Amino acid sequence: MARITASVYTSHVPAIGAALDLGKSGEPYWQKVFSGYEFSKQWLRDNTPDVIFLVYNDHANAFSLEMIPTFAIGCAAEFAIADEGWGPRPVPVVKGHPELAAHIAQSVIQDDFDLTIVNRMPVDHGLTVPLSLMCGQPAAWPCPVIPFAVNVVQYPVPSGRRCFNLGRAIRKAVESFDQPLKVQIWGTGGMSHQLQGPRAGLINREFDNAFLDRLIADPAGLAQMPHIDYVREAGSEGIELVMWLIARGAMGDENGPGKPRVAHRFYHVPASNTAVGHLILENT
Amino acid sequence: MALDKPYQDVPGTTIFDAEQSRLGYHLNQFCMSLMKAESRARFKANERAYLDEWPMSEEQKLAVLARDLNWCIRLGGNIYFLAKIGATDGKSFQQMAGSMTGMSEEEYRDMMIAGGRSIEGNRVVGEDGDAQPHRQPQGKSQQKAGA
Repeated sequence: MARITASVYTSHVPAIGAALDLGKSGEPYWQKVFSGYEFSKQWLRDNTPDVIFLVYNDHANAFSLEMIPTFAIGCAAEFAIADEGWGPRPVPVVKGHPELAAHIAQSVIQDDFDLTIVNRMPVDHGLTVPLSLMCGQPAAWPCPVIPFAVNVVQYPVPSGRRCFNLGRAIRKAVESFDQPLKVQIWGTGGMSHQLQGPRAGLINREFDNAFLDRLIADPAGLAQMPHIDYVREAGSEGIELVMWLIARGAMGDENGPGKPRVAHRFYHVPASNTAVGHLILENT
Repeated sequence: MALDKPYQDVPGTTIFDAEQSRLGYHLNQFCMSLMKAESRARFKANERAYLDEWPMSEEQKLAVLARDLNWCIRLGGNIYFLAKIGATDGKSFQQMAGSMTGMSEEEYRDMMIAGGRSIEGNRVVGEDGDAQPHRQPQGKSQQKAGA
């Protein structure tokens, strides 16, 4: 039986990828960001899973306005790196896990979540920056990755409550997969940031840290928070944080494992326009 | 009954909802076309001619030519799509975001390093924060020009 062993939460700021790719990671500005992931890189080497289920959002790269799936699960064997307009990031191609992905799709759709199954999908910085932060610059990523793209670009985006319940359904799906796989689920995006209009550059440390506290201790309560609170308090792009609730819902506290252990917590302002938040929670 | 849009009183913020997406469909799809190197080259060679290949409104075309991202957003543009224009121009996301505030690149970068824009006074239209309509544009050069 497969099981979810841990969840990882991190911002996925594109400038972090650019800093790595252009060899700027040693600069003091970026050192402050990367220092928060030194522990995490070692942790991932010590706790390499068999599969990473990576929740992220596409930023008008794989999906234009032709089609806007709310939840899209990547079921392919391989995913190309997107050219977002600056050329594709020089990072390894992403290998999928079609067997587990198809199993999760079947189980979760039968649990009333309408996933879109995608077999061709270039992956953008939303997916590759978390991998870079957690793995550095390897020749190949340490394990297969199932990309799970959530629409947080066009409103209305899914509610926190729906995301949290979806996480629960993903856990159930993983636990019914008949191979002894260790699966990590990563929730990415956020924290507070706004990239548009005269309010661009908004950061709200108080909101972000309260979000981290509640994500750890009271995720079901946090999942009740309405969209408008994210927009008003954390900026129009801070709404990405609903994706963290998918990963948190998959930790399944109430069904046996109890509260997860906080292995690591980090918060820093700024990376480009954004507050960087990062957590690692382990099932005990 | 009208739909509930509680986000309309957030200052300096346009939420890209289904209505904005409808307005901006061709503008945003034009932006997507710039993901191909060949399209970027054709656009740069003759911007107006390239824009005329798209069923965009005249005002949308003017907003793109002016590189006025706030104007583009009012007409249905979304920042992740508009970023393709910035990429074509060799601009970073921070330069693009900063351009919408009126601040110089340096002023905006310094604001971010100092912890970003404060939420205080910037939650609801009618307060007195720096993102409020009566305090635009921001930045020293803009204030001098407007004085």
